[in-house]
Amino acid sequence: MRETIRFLQNGQVVELTDVKPTETVLDYLRLRKRKTGTKEGCGEGDCGACTVALGRLSGDRVVYQPVNSCILLLGMIDGAELVTVEDLAEDNRLHPVQQALVDLHGSQCGFCTPGFVMSMFTLYHSNGAEKSRKAVTDWLAGNLCRCTGYRPIIEAALTSCFETADDCFSRRSSQTAELLQSLDDDRDVYLPYGDGFFASPASIEGLAAIYAQHPDATLVGGATDVGLWITKHLRSLPKVIWLGRVEALDRVEETASGLLIGATATYQASHDAVTSLSPDLGELWRRIGSKQVRASGTIGGNIANGSPIGDTPPALIALGATLELQNGGTSRTLPLEDFFMEYGRQDRQVGEFVTGVFVPRPTINQVFRCYKISKRFDQDISSVMGAFRFTLSDGVITEARIAFGGMAGTPKRAMETERALIGARVEDASSWASALQVLQSDYTPMTDMRASNEYRQETARALLVKALMEADGTDPAGLNVLKRREAENDRAA
Amino acid sequence: MTAPHNMTASDENLAHVRKSLKHDSADKHVAGTATYIDDIPEPEGTLHVVPVWSKKAIRANILSVNVEKAIQVPGVVAILTKDDIPGINDCSAAMGDDPVLAEGEIQFFGQAVCAIVAETRDIARRAALLVDIAFEPMTPILTQEDAVAADTTVLPDYQFRRGSPETGLTGAEHNLSGVMRIGGQEHFYLEGQIAMAIPQEDGGMFVHTSTQHPTEVQHTVAKVLGVPDAAVTAEVRRMGGGFGGKESQANQWAALASLAAAKTGRACKMRLDRDDDMIMTGKRHDFRVEWQVGHDREGRIRAVDLNFLSRCGYSADLSLGVNDRTLFHADSSYFYPDASIRSRRLKTDTCSNTAFRGFGGPQGMLAAERLIDAIAITLGKDPLDVRKLNFYDGERNVTPYGMPVEEHEVMHDLIDKLEASSDYRARREAVKAFNANSPVLKKGLALTPVKFGISFTLKHLNQAGALVHLYTDGSIHLNHGGTEMGQGLYQKVAQVVADEFGVTLDKVRITATNTSKVPNTGPTAASSGTDLNAMAAKKAAEVIKGRLVEFLCAEHKVTPDLVRFENNKVIVGEKSFRLAEVAKAAHMARIQMSHAGFYATPGITWDRETITGRPFYYFAFGGACAEVTIDTMTGEMTVDRVDILHDVGHSLNPAIDIGQIEGGFVQGMGWLTTEELWWDEQGRLRTHAPSTYKIPTASDIPADFNVNLYQGRGNPQETIYRSKAVGEPPVMLANAVFCAINDAVASLKPGVVPDLNAPATPEAIMKAVRYMRTAKVSAHAEGGAE
Repeated sequence: MRETIRFLQNGQVVELTDVKPTETVLDYLRLRKRKTGTKEGCGEGDCGACTVALGRLSGDRVVYQPVNSCILLLGMIDGAELVTVEDLAEDNRLHPVQQALVDLHGSQCGFCTPGFVMSMFTLYHSNGAEKSRKAVTDWLAGNLCRCTGYRPIIEAALTSCFETADDCFSRRSSQTAELLQSLDDDRDVYLPYGDGFFASPASIEGLAAIYAQHPDATLVGGATDVGLWITKHLRSLPKVIWLGRVEALDRVEETASGLLIGATATYQASHDAVTSLSPDLGELWRRIGSKQVRASGTIGGNIANGSPIGDTPPALIALGATLELQNGGTSRTLPLEDFFMEYGRQDRQVGEFVTGVFVPRPTINQVFRCYKISKRFDQDISSVMGAFRFTLSDGVITEARIAFGGMAGTPKRAMETERALIGARVEDASSWASALQVLQSDYTPMTDMRASNEYRQETARALLVKALMEADGTDPAGLNVLKRREAENDRAA
Repeated sequence: MTAPHNMTASDENLAHVRKSLKHDSADKHVAGTATYIDDIPEPEGTLHVVPVWSKKAIRANILSVNVEKAIQVPGVVAILTKDDIPGINDCSAAMGDDPVLAEGEIQFFGQAVCAIVAETRDIARRAALLVDIAFEPMTPILTQEDAVAADTTVLPDYQFRRGSPETGLTGAEHNLSGVMRIGGQEHFYLEGQIAMAIPQEDGGMFVHTSTQHPTEVQHTVAKVLGVPDAAVTAEVRRMGGGFGGKESQANQWAALASLAAAKTGRACKMRLDRDDDMIMTGKRHDFRVEWQVGHDREGRIRAVDLNFLSRCGYSADLSLGVNDRTLFHADSSYFYPDASIRSRRLKTDTCSNTAFRGFGGPQGMLAAERLIDAIAITLGKDPLDVRKLNFYDGERNVTPYGMPVEEHEVMHDLIDKLEASSDYRARREAVKAFNANSPVLKKGLALTPVKFGISFTLKHLNQAGALVHLYTDGSIHLNHGGTEMGQGLYQKVAQVVADEFGVTLDKVRITATNTSKVPNTGPTAASSGTDLNAMAAKKAAEVIKGRLVEFLCAEHKVTPDLVRFENNKVIVGEKSFRLAEVAKAAHMARIQMSHAGFYATPGITWDRETITGRPFYYFAFGGACAEVTIDTMTGEMTVDRVDILHDVGHSLNPAIDIGQIEGGFVQGMGWLTTEELWWDEQGRLRTHAPSTYKIPTASDIPADFNVNLYQGRGNPQETIYRSKAVGEPPVMLANAVFCAINDAVASLKPGVVPDLNAPATPEAIMKAVRYMRTAKVSAHAEGGAE
């Protein structure tokens, strides 16, 4: 047992004992340390002004990820290197990414700039990211700027982020790796605070034990949602168990039959494996949150908190995923769709926690497609998210699994439509016309700030049509504005 | 990207003006060392103020406010109510109808009722949730239609009228009409509203305030505290964005922080949470526009009738100027022989809408573009041809409010050049070919003009002051009434002053805007910051320089033409001195080396009552060509290419001007596409955070984005180095994106005017697509009707 958290900053180990379970990294920096370079723009992880970099070991290499410090709990940087905007310049000489922003007029009011600097710093250290405009805009989509219109920032990133890293971090990287190694112990962390605590168990047994003892504790994966309970809903969460140090809970295992994603695997960490399972699924992953959110957010968290706007469950349900849960020493599995009972209620017992999700690989005779519709392409929440898996035999649908997000209080399968599609020929629109009508009876979506119920119904139908057209071999670039844009940009480049 | 700027003869002596120099704070921005108000070290014992508002009440009579539970929270020091206000409970710009804390009734969802003062912001936020506000609900008036039915307005109607629009419409060969909705816009400055008040002796107050209008904050704080203006100092070094959202909207928070400071005797800081900020403060006005146009078979406009129904919210705020500017820009760049252009300033039980970059102009111009598109679509002509046909021209060059468009040839030339550089005609054919072969995805193309009137239409605001000191070591202290919100004003003014003294920029110390240095200023708004303040600073510098020249001539027995200030030197005949040497000698000779410069824009004669005179010193011009692709199954849209040519006269700093153009365009693009403000049926704003309110992000801008400055003869008016204002006009370049989307939708059924409203979200685009599928071609005269 360890009653401190330890992290690196500026090459020094910082050790803290007085950590309130809900204290954010941003509050630690600004209020405790009076380091005010890092800004609060929104307090909910959507604007990126508070972006800092976290360095962690991947093998023997230090890998830097951008994270939103406003919704990151201080205890969660245990074992990491914390880098903020003040740490980059050396001897009053700006870091290359900072200098590029200056040279290309990438700041106006300057308030978002430290966040951009830190996102660019992580791209600068990404080693091997392909140099492309798309890579840059994807990397920076979680940083909002209201002044520049982004063009100079994108150019600054293209100019500075793809050189071989040469800064104080690259020069002391082996020393940093050693220090991080030395902080990486297998002890459970437990920081008492008043009547509560911040705990981060190192093993699944340790997790099972403390959660059994404190079933009222809040389990935290990446805190990209729980962070808002703290900063926006002002909920007091006296007992926090962070899962990030639990050994092997972040596993991503590819097998012939499918993909096992551990509960604490992040979107970032699982992206490649998910893409190899299905390019559509990879593209969905890319459009979830922002780089910052994907670096912190976990698949287990997205499932476990049962949000009706979560993007992964509909896709995973359509793929026939099963959920693995554990309670004390007992495990069970269930089809993912059965986990979501109704709005705000999941099939999770007292003391039970999610350990992973298994996603079957589509077979050779299966077509999987998923689509996300939102007001903005990147870092937005779906108004409608549709996922489709058709099993085909000579162009005839023998089985269909269809799930939608944004259409009901939970991610939900379109059972009637699935049945109606059986026997339809994908090439013959008249054979599936009736199924389109049936889709209306599967859902009664609501009207809210993202879309009206009419638009949701209409779009759900449109997505089903697209999936069927694609199953029939229609070129996606003729059906999708993003794919069209990519194709055009590639041609221009 | 930027072509080298044409140099004028007088440019030869300029070392800084006209150069693409970096923003004065660029190095600090990237290093995290630029100080915003929340970064200023707090005085010992600083308290934090958080507003309390009802999460349930929309419009209601307040029955009681119970603060018992909140006051008992450890760390809560005080709770401010309206009864704590020693002066006047008002933070309005002028009209007296914006209570700092609600008086008896709640007028909109989010109105501040009281405020918690506590040791930490966290304690204050939690305590705010414990205040119990009992109220009796009233039926709210939420929409334009509600307000028209109830006949409630915040200000009287206003109208420009020329000729006989009624006979012009009935006599025209063709007649079109419709209704268009134009949404509002949240400013989403990255730095939210904030103020820190520090009590001074004798009842004084020093306020750090993130405001575009320090003088108004000063006056508001004095009014609320019941002390003279002279007892209050307001200061701001920089804002993290403003965009009009910190013109009047900063007053309330500065007033509350000051009230708390006055009551407790301690420094008090008030920083709004982002959600509170978005719910409680005003936004761009949203409109219902009822339009009618009569035109001939060529597409030449004969007469228009435009009725702008503006949702002003619960109070007048700046709605007079905003809605006047809508009318001033309802012509876009087109000559209307007969016109009726009306405005209703509707009172609704919603937050009070306010200034936002463009100040009503964008909505007026967008309506004009709808007229043109409707004419072009129904006649089967290219919209650009109809635009050009209706442009102000030799004989037809007077606006509906009587001001001639003197530079109409600039407008024509600029649009011609953009048409060529964007390859518009060839791309029009390519778009047609694409659409013919693409059943689901459709492309659209549009090239639209910008003509924006520069000057405050409230005449008295067109003045500015600056304060310049030359110290005996040769360093220069620069201060003026303009505020820095990222637009590069401080940098541009510093460049002007550096060149005046012939020194390098490091000799010019830029200092925070402060009401005790330059008093009685107007807001930094209406794109006028540089025009006004650089001129005032130049005048101040000229006076000091003049005194030095006079002194040097007497001292060295030379004539003034032999004295030059350049390269950090003062050349006097054959001799050369460091500026420090001259300053020291002048000081010993008892020469005053400080001066307050003053500038008032000449030639502005507008009389609102009689609708006569000249409202604008000049116009700024621009043009944009946008190409988009829409998905007719889902309404998704990408902006594929944008070409911009924009007129900034002779630029003071091309890099900063390009930054304003690009940033303004993207902000306008957001307004017209992804940024949707959504109130629920009860009247609660539900898009009050970046999770639900979507401003453009890096991937939304086109990869093919070509922005250039128009190379012309400079501003014909004697502005600072013949430059033109650049803050607001580029917002309206984004009209091209909206019109291109409209063009893509229109491709679905030739002859039918799409019913596309702004913002063109996927849902709005689908609604327009659906309309096209059911509309009959013969119904085109109803095109765009609800």
